[in-house]
Amino acid sequence: MPDSLPLAAPASPASAPQPVRFRGGGFTVRRHPLAALAAFAILVGVWEGASRLGLASPLFLPPPSAVGAALAGMVADGSLWLNLKASLMRIGVGWTLGTLGGMLVGFAMGIGSLARAVGVPLVSAFFPIPKIALLPLFILWFGIGEPSKFATIGFGVFFPTVIATYSAIDAVPRNLIRMAQSFGLPWRSILRSIVLPGALPGILAGFRITASIALILVVAAEMIGAEYGIGAFVLMAGNLMQTDTLLAGVLVLSLMGLTIGTVLSVLERRLLKWR
Amino acid sequence: MRLLVSNLTHRYEDLTVLEGIDLDLAEGEILAVIGPSGCGKSTLLGIAGGIVAPTAGRVTMEGPVPDGCLNPITFIFQDFALLPWRSVEDNVALVLEHHPLPETERRQRVETGLRRMGLWEFRRALPKQLSGGMRQRVGIARALAVRPAVLLLDEPLSALDAQTRELLMDDFLDLWRRERTTALYVTHNLDEALRLADRIAVLSRRPGRIREIVTVEEPRERRQEPSAQAHLAEVRDRLWHLMKAEAQMADREIARA
Repeated sequence: MPDSLPLAAPASPASAPQPVRFRGGGFTVRRHPLAALAAFAILVGVWEGASRLGLASPLFLPPPSAVGAALAGMVADGSLWLNLKASLMRIGVGWTLGTLGGMLVGFAMGIGSLARAVGVPLVSAFFPIPKIALLPLFILWFGIGEPSKFATIGFGVFFPTVIATYSAIDAVPRNLIRMAQSFGLPWRSILRSIVLPGALPGILAGFRITASIALILVVAAEMIGAEYGIGAFVLMAGNLMQTDTLLAGVLVLSLMGLTIGTVLSVLERRLLKWR
Repeated sequence: MRLLVSNLTHRYEDLTVLEGIDLDLAEGEILAVIGPSGCGKSTLLGIAGGIVAPTAGRVTMEGPVPDGCLNPITFIFQDFALLPWRSVEDNVALVLEHHPLPETERRQRVETGLRRMGLWEFRRALPKQLSGGMRQRVGIARALAVRPAVLLLDEPLSALDAQTRELLMDDFLDLWRRERTTALYVTHNLDEALRLADRIAVLSRRPGRIREIVTVEEPRERRQEPSAQAHLAEVRDRLWHLMKAEAQMADREIARA
């Protein structure tokens, strides 16, 4: 045994070749195409297994097979289409109204200093209000029927669309506008050929957010006052303790969200293929 | 066409960027403007092109507008300023869209510009599919499509690698020989200025004033020849002598800010 331990490993002779240690790993995103599917299958499997083994009460957390059966029943008795149709119509009308109005105001604020000076404080004041809190007021104004639900969804969609639109216009590179001005392009051509297409990525990103808001608001509005609609359906199933039907309704909502997201992704891919 | 810049001063709020600038570009002349960073070179170009309003002074054009000229004073930009969502040919066509031209002429102008710049095969490509040099060629083709009388070039080669810069300078000179367009060429690169310009105006640090205008006596077509190098080196030394102290002081001012 040596008298004392060396403090450090002996240095290699200067002439000995040493491999350069690789230090560049990690921090890169790799594709795992089956991982999501596998995780989903495991989750459903564990859930089903837990129910069958009696670890979860089928009354409070029915197994996926029961949820699937309830969904099949909804398809068979026509209640799925009846409720889905009502919700889609409300989302469609409310979202379209809110989006058109929001884009119009957002454009005005994006290109006009006066509109911006007036609009920014108003938008800042109204944007944080939870829009569902206004539904009782809208019911008083427009009645319990469809217009109050359209107004709630439209109002909820309007402000994020305004913000997305004017921010998107702000993000249009100013060098492109200067270029167009230097070639004498008229104001309307600059708007049509540069501002609108340049703002499109930001506007479409806003659509993604407002579609989710519309989905949340339609469910909330239908829970407060509607005979049909997925929100009303889920609420009624909850009241009757039909948790399998309730979860089937939630599944439909999830699929609606996924479908809307997919449609927007396709739209983005088609309209923004230049990116 | 002659371009006259008279007693030009420009301020951004309290900051004077340009002061008392006088320039006289003869028809067919290439005048390069060099100077340290922040001396107002690009502002000068913006004012000359009518996209920045000067605080004082004026810019005038003299002489007949060439046949078919749609935009007498035309820019070529440092960052190319191409619309990323439009194809190469649509980028060139953009600047013709608001002019009442017959469709055949419109197409012919686009095609001529793109063919001259060797981009006809790439007409359907998007800007993202092109190299930096090709993108700048699209910018030049776009400028050619309006048959300008005066070209304003804002550091058009500074975003490109050395090899592409050389090739584009050749292209630019070929074009100039054919069109003899008056050009105001802003650059920070002395070699570009020496290769292309008839005269080189040196701006001081902010506020930019003209320190001196140096004439490059050597004929443009001989500037690549070995026999011309001694004279060009002499001019280069003189320009560098004029610029060096200004550039150092401008750097110190930027560091202090």
